[in-house]
Amino acid sequence: MAERREERFAGESRWTRWLVAGPPAAFLLLFFAVPALIVVLASFREPGEFGGLEPWLEAGHLRLTLDAYRFLASDWIYAEIFARSLLVAGLCTMLCVVLAYPLAWVIARSPRRRRDLMILLVVLPFASNLLVRVYAWIILLGPAGLLYTPFAVVAGLVYVHLPFMVLPLYANLEMHDPALLEAARNLGAGPWTRFRRVTFPLSLPGIYAGSALVFIPILGMFAIPELLGGTGDILVGNLIKEAFLDNRDWPLGAALSIGLTVAVLALAALAARGARRRAPATGALP
Amino acid sequence: MPLLEIRDVSRRFDGSAAVDRVSLSIEAGEFFTLLGPSGCGKTTLLRMVAGFDRPDSGTLLLDGAPLEDVPPEKRPIRMVFQSYALFPHMTVEGNVAFPLEMERRPRAEIRSRVAQALELVHLADRPGHYPDQLSGGQKQRVALARALVGRPRVLLLDEPLAALDAKLREQMQVELIRLQREVGVTFVFVTHSQDEALALSHRIAVMNAGRVEQVDRPERLYAAPANRFVAGFVGKTNLIEVEVQRAGPAQLALRAAGMGEFIAAPVAGLEPGERGAFALRPELVRVTPHPESVELHNRFPGRVREAIYLGDVTLYTVETEGGLALEAMLPNATPGRAALLHPGDAVVVAWRHDAGVYLRG
Repeated sequence: MAERREERFAGESRWTRWLVAGPPAAFLLLFFAVPALIVVLASFREPGEFGGLEPWLEAGHLRLTLDAYRFLASDWIYAEIFARSLLVAGLCTMLCVVLAYPLAWVIARSPRRRRDLMILLVVLPFASNLLVRVYAWIILLGPAGLLYTPFAVVAGLVYVHLPFMVLPLYANLEMHDPALLEAARNLGAGPWTRFRRVTFPLSLPGIYAGSALVFIPILGMFAIPELLGGTGDILVGNLIKEAFLDNRDWPLGAALSIGLTVAVLALAALAARGARRRAPATGALP
Repeated sequence: MPLLEIRDVSRRFDGSAAVDRVSLSIEAGEFFTLLGPSGCGKTTLLRMVAGFDRPDSGTLLLDGAPLEDVPPEKRPIRMVFQSYALFPHMTVEGNVAFPLEMERRPRAEIRSRVAQALELVHLADRPGHYPDQLSGGQKQRVALARALVGRPRVLLLDEPLAALDAKLREQMQVELIRLQREVGVTFVFVTHSQDEALALSHRIAVMNAGRVEQVDRPERLYAAPANRFVAGFVGKTNLIEVEVQRAGPAQLALRAAGMGEFIAAPVAGLEPGERGAFALRPELVRVTPHPESVELHNRFPGRVREAIYLGDVTLYTVETEGGLALEAMLPNATPGRAALLHPGDAVVVAWRHDAGVYLRG
């Protein structure tokens, strides 16, 4: 009896699954997978005389080339900007962790009613436009003589991305069972040890999630480095924007985009491997 | 000197007393149980002993030394939490090693003591598993090993069996008794289940509304409850409203509305006319359709109103001719018969003159 009911339920759920997952899957296919493919193809094509692309089929001949990649490899400056971008993104992510952790911890430990208000305050900056907020930084940093410095870029990037670190960290810390800390205390752990051995390792998924939400968007950011940084402070995002909008060299922009995507995926794979080694293996019981 | 002494301890939450002037002495090596309904203050008391909460007044003494200025992490007292509170990111071995690492024991010692502790709880074959790979009973054992590995003076257990199913709970009861005997650590066990309390404990403190109602050995608690609450909470009982008729040195005569006069074991210092309750266990009440077979003095005619078959016994509700309902429990010694008696049968209820106790007030 129970078995049959289960079977029918499984049959129903297959339909339900398609019904539920279908539309978003179609959306992603149409507006993410297809454009991504177009970008990949564009990176192997030739730039048009006045921007855009040359046709890729001409008189029955394929006009595909590695020129864009060759160009990137011809000058160390591109590798340097890539490296610096990763470094800046990494630094900003770490700063976000350091700043967001205590805040998320305090919110998670507050009474429920106050918690909602604090979360609202964290996301409130989103209510105003990004450029407006960046201009506010110009007004703040200008008189201090810090404008157009690496400091200004990092400060701006951290400021904009901090909520993306606070929210997943808070969501993680809020779920922690308070009995675990009592147990640790009962077993002889002082406050620092309780944090180091219990709270922190259990919050790693929150840190990973927040880091992904901060690190990856920073790599593609161009407004903040452009407005707050000096000429030497540009990131990959600026290069891509420049290639597409200023130089109208689409293949080069596409190749830069792909380089960025590959770099991020490689880093994510590395991080996932590191995380898997540390996290409990949730295999089946023997 | 008792190992753990709770002296006149009170704790109030929002003006109402969760623990109200409780005094208890717990001896070394004892299996001591705090028994009471939820909200009676037993867990609050336990948390004060662990140090997670502070008494508003009164003192806690361990080996005669006051505990109040000792932070929880420094007390030689360990606790098994109701939810087990195992660290999900550590293996079984990691969990059990944790308290020893806090004491900065050498690695070799930690390894051998963890192995011993896991042996003790029959989990030696699962050191590398994570808590979410274990069953409820196994988690329970890890929690016990982790709490016992540092050889605490006192082990506090907060409803540790509540999350287990009935069969497993019985197994773990046997395990707990064995474990306590083997390690010799003083156990302070909190439960709302009178079965658990009776099965496990050397002594039981029955708590109600923040106060201790009675402290006694299980068999005394069951046979001689101190008041209505204890009589009603520990085991099934008939609580009959009675008035004292005659109080002699050898015999006590009581009268119950709806039944009549019966005799009971003497209680010192009673005056005729006094009112109280008579607590009579259902298994001490005999029910028979054959009045001539009963030679007991306390016998009243009645009718079976209900019969509930419970497997090993059947629980009868008998209504006397005067309209008083009495519960009686009879063993089902005849195989294959759900009940010897049926609703509507005319019967006689009877009990020995020394069965049951008179409770004042």
